[in-house]
Amino acid sequence: MSTEEQSLITTEVQTENTTRADRPDETVLEARSLDVYYGQDQALTDVSIEIPEHKVTAMIGPSGCGKSTFLRSINRMNDQIDACRVDGELSFHGKNVYDEDVDPVALRRKIGQVFQKPNPFPKSIYENVAYGLRVQGTVDDVDLDDAVEQALRGAALWDEVEGKLDSSGLDLSGGQQQRLCIARAIATDPEVILMDEPTSALDPVAASKIEDLIDELVEEYTVVIVTHNMQQAARISDRTAVFLTGGELVEFDDTASIFEDPADDRVEDYITGKFG
Amino acid sequence: MSSETDHDLFADVDLGWEHRKNRIFLGLIFAASMFGVLMLALLLFDVATDFYVGLTEYNINLVDFFTRDGSRREELSGFRGAIVASITLMVLVTFLAFFVGVGSAIYLEEYAPDNRITRLIEANLANLAGVPSIVYGLLGLAAFVNGIGMGPILLAGAIALGLLVMPIIIVSAQEALRAVPDGVRNGSLATGATQWQTIRNVVLPAAMPGIMTGTILALARAIGETAPLIMVGAIFINRMPRGPFDRFSAMPTQIYNWANEPSQHFIHLAATGIVVLLSFLFVMNLIAIYIRHRYETEI
Ligand SMILES: Nc1ncnc2c1ncn2[C@@H]1O[C@H](COP(=O)(O)OP(=O)(O)OP(=O)(O)O)[C@@H](O)[C@H]1O
Ligand SMILES: [Mg+2]
Repeated sequence: MSTEEQSLITTEVQTENTTRADRPDETVLEARSLDVYYGQDQALTDVSIEIPEHKVTAMIGPSGCGKSTFLRSINRMNDQIDACRVDGELSFHGKNVYDEDVDPVALRRKIGQVFQKPNPFPKSIYENVAYGLRVQGTVDDVDLDDAVEQALRGAALWDEVEGKLDSSGLDLSGGQQQRLCIARAIATDPEVILMDEPTSALDPVAASKIEDLIDELVEEYTVVIVTHNMQQAARISDRTAVFLTGGELVEFDDTASIFEDPADDRVEDYITGKFG
Repeated sequence: MSSETDHDLFADVDLGWEHRKNRIFLGLIFAASMFGVLMLALLLFDVATDFYVGLTEYNINLVDFFTRDGSRREELSGFRGAIVASITLMVLVTFLAFFVGVGSAIYLEEYAPDNRITRLIEANLANLAGVPSIVYGLLGLAAFVNGIGMGPILLAGAIALGLLVMPIIIVSAQEALRAVPDGVRNGSLATGATQWQTIRNVVLPAAMPGIMTGTILALARAIGETAPLIMVGAIFINRMPRGPFDRFSAMPTQIYNWANEPSQHFIHLAATGIVVLLSFLFVMNLIAIYIRHRYETEI
């Protein structure tokens, strides 16, 4: 990356985040000495991080450094992987989510997730969005039609699907499917939304729609996003965490400082494209 | 580019022999696939001529054939009892094998940890699917007909056939469940659904066409099985069964029975029965194919 490009990114960061940056930090998620193993292999090593509320925190780093693993540790989707073992502490509002009395299903009702590959259910658009409300048993408390509309509006998809809510979610384009998945995640009104490379399967136009959307989502939700696209991290995030091979969290700071003046040489090498 | 330069460009590449090898191999595998078709055609032709001769020379009346039960007197014999017995068997087999089969498949695919015990169960099921059908007949005879004193009743036959098709249903349901992408499972779990909600609302609906197809094909196998029914004593009965606790003879055993008679009239009744049995199989296969095609574009 050239110096011009770098300074370009920097200015964007500053203009984008002036309002959000003023908010005081309220830690919502905190990892302390988190180690994650797959069988004998260690995927995360001694990760400690505090993720602030109502901000966008980006996770960047080379392939295989454990970003997805970290995301899955937050909502305990790692429980689905037989070989996976977690050591250390990961707290949500101060409560360790790996405590025995924490039900991962309850946890996931407060922490939603959007996956790299859009994964709508083979159901209608309406049922895709209503799904969370139905399984969480909150359908009786809300006007379902209204909730579906609100979620689709929130995901900037309403205008495109308004007339065809009954058609299959699988008939949408990739970018629309991803926004449908975002609508599905926000329909149940979680506190945190985890996004694992949500735009990597999309074209630049669809990706920028989702970036705009994240910018709005953060007004109500805390967003943690994994991305391979450094410009994207610079554009949309308030904080950036850099993981490097070996599953180490090397640096975590304001996005502006990471891209302008990283403390660690390896981070500088990584973001200027010297390795990884 | 002119054709001459094209020619010069590839002049040094001689693919003649390779292409000939391709054609020879293609011919061989085409012949192999035609062999099955040819044998089926011969078989159908044989049955069709017997059927035709039965209708014309032995005056087998199709209306009588479908409205009369079996009889010692060839001119009074019909297939109704056997058809009713076979349909009742299929209904009972579906009840006995479908839920247990799909339940086991769900356990093995969605819940069971990947360990030695699970692998042992799966290996056992694969073996069970290959056990000769007469063994299920022996089991039915020993355990149910004689063991608990059921006698040679329809329910005993249904149990033997149910055991026979269960491993097939399990294996095909497992395949259908495995074909559901993990993405939708994770999507559901991450939305705060429990594992059962995920299976019930997302996985099973997506796998259902595959499960139905597998089950229908398994039933199509059961409806033609003769050996296990002979073992449990479903033969030499002519009357229509009155419920699952009655003695019975199903389509294949009635055909077997007729085919063993010395009279040519009975032989042609058997041919007519075979046409009916094959029509059942044909329709079941068509339904299975229809379901597969109807839903295969989903997901
Ligand atoms: N299900 C799994 N079973 C075993 N090992 C796994 C599993 N998932 C990930 N790993 C290993 O853990 C390490 C971290 O993987 P992870 O998917 O978290 O990386 P990542 O940073 O998300 O990479 P990418 O940028 O390519 O998505 C890798 O070495 C990977 O091989
Ligand atoms: Mg990843």
